[in-house]
Amino acid sequence: MLYAFLCYNNEDAIFSLSQAEDDEVMSALRAVQVPLRQAGRLGPSARLMPTTAATTLRQDSDPPLVLDGPYAETKEQLLGFYVIECEDLEAALAVAKDLARANPGGAYEVRPLRFFSPGALST
Amino acid sequence: MSELAWIDAALTAARPQAIGALLRYFRDLDLAEEAYQDACLRALRNWPQKGPPRDPAAWLILVGRNAAIDQVRRRSRQQALPDEAAISDLDDVETPLAERLDGGDYRDDVLRLLFICCHPDLPATQQIALALRIVSGLSVPQIARAFVVGEAAMEQRITRAKARIAKAGVPFEAPGPEARSERLAAVAAMLYLVFNEGYSAGAAQQDERAALSVEAIRLTRLLLRLFPAEPEIMGLLALMLLSQSRAATRFDAAGEIVLLDDQDRSRWDQRMIAEGLALIDKAIRHRVRGPYQVKAAIAALHARAATPADTDWPQIDALYAALELLEPSPIVTLNRAIAVSKVQGPQAALAMIEPLEGRLAGYFYFYGSKGALLKQLGRAAEARQAFGQAIALAQTPAQATHIRQHLDQLQAEANHRECP
Repeated sequence: MLYAFLCYNNEDAIFSLSQAEDDEVMSALRAVQVPLRQAGRLGPSARLMPTTAATTLRQDSDPPLVLDGPYAETKEQLLGFYVIECEDLEAALAVAKDLARANPGGAYEVRPLRFFSPGALST
Repeated sequence: MSELAWIDAALTAARPQAIGALLRYFRDLDLAEEAYQDACLRALRNWPQKGPPRDPAAWLILVGRNAAIDQVRRRSRQQALPDEAAISDLDDVETPLAERLDGGDYRDDVLRLLFICCHPDLPATQQIALALRIVSGLSVPQIARAFVVGEAAMEQRITRAKARIAKAGVPFEAPGPEARSERLAAVAAMLYLVFNEGYSAGAAQQDERAALSVEAIRLTRLLLRLFPAEPEIMGLLALMLLSQSRAATRFDAAGEIVLLDDQDRSRWDQRMIAEGLALIDKAIRHRVRGPYQVKAAIAALHARAATPADTDWPQIDALYAALELLEPSPIVTLNRAIAVSKVQGPQAALAMIEPLEGRLAGYFYFYGSKGALLKQLGRAAEARQAFGQAIALAQTPAQATHIRQHLDQLQAEANHRECP
């Protein structure tokens, strides 16, 4: 089954890491991805810009309201995601634990995919 | 990454909010800083076991406040205290406090903390030093190194600045919309000063000072998160990111300045450029023009040009014209003249800057630009004279070297004409 791994963390703390510390985290995360990629299990992944770059379209008024910032003000923010093929929830949680070891703080939401399309992007 | 590095990042990130709230409780900057320090020490004892709490700022505020109140009680009653674990165990109290903090208080706390550093009586360097000490939590030796002064001198400067703001009185009332936007403008100007202090550093001081630009970007992001719909704060952050994207290419191996036209554009940081462009897109939707947005838009046109020849000079000229209206200054006109020289030629640009001479008589870049325009027009003798004035005003060896290269070229051309 395909699972989305939604990465939540305190973005103020993430952006307080030095470049070297940030690089260290990213390379630890890449190391987790290597075997998944080799096994053909790793789908698209993304790191999001900070929530200050986000804009939200709210449908609860007519015309829809365009608001600056993320959908919700939360203590931890959605900062990235992976799509990974996993046998079952146990296997998915094992991946989440590997990612969590490489990445300090925060939380991973593991959510099975109902529909997936790889899209047309090549990079 | 080590647990300690992560805790350090969480503490750094929570600092402005925590000190801002403690300042509101105690109405005394020294007491607020002491309470925060105390809370940090407790955090370093408690957090490594469980990791930082979900809301580090709320934890630090509550523990800092309790610790300071305990201090006062201890002094007054000399009584035994409850076990520290009792005040540090916040699982049940963290949530309601965090919810209270989600409101406007917390925004205004951080704004107030930044705003007191912008006191108009304080010279720019003291505003910057104070913000780095209080808001960023840099140590006095770190700040002293960035400003290339002794530690004792910097300590004294910061103490004096603090005394001055204490005397002036901190504005504790919640600001109305107008006061809030005035505070935001003052804080934005101060953060831009911090950024430029790092950005304008020569190659020799890059390591110490470049950190100031990175810190200014971090604080501006924080400010924008608190005030997400402010187009000028988006513009300021975009301007910083687009400028900083060129940081790696601004000096050569010998420490000499590399001009924009000669920089290796493949080494510009594309992630910073992308974030800067995204912020400009957001800002433009508000249709409220401001100087930071216009400056960011100019920086964006440079960032978008794959080669110097691809630069959209007519658009840059138009943006400088807009900036002249928003923020009239001879320096803006001087910058506009560079764009005009690319669009209409050196004669038009020279005509534009000649009237500025009276006001920019002490300005290196005025004579550097004037010399370059005269040189393009083939008026060698006048160009030499302008370059001579520029060299006399040069403040760094790199500036003087750059002008000398122009003079050498003029000499080479003169020799060439004499003996073809």
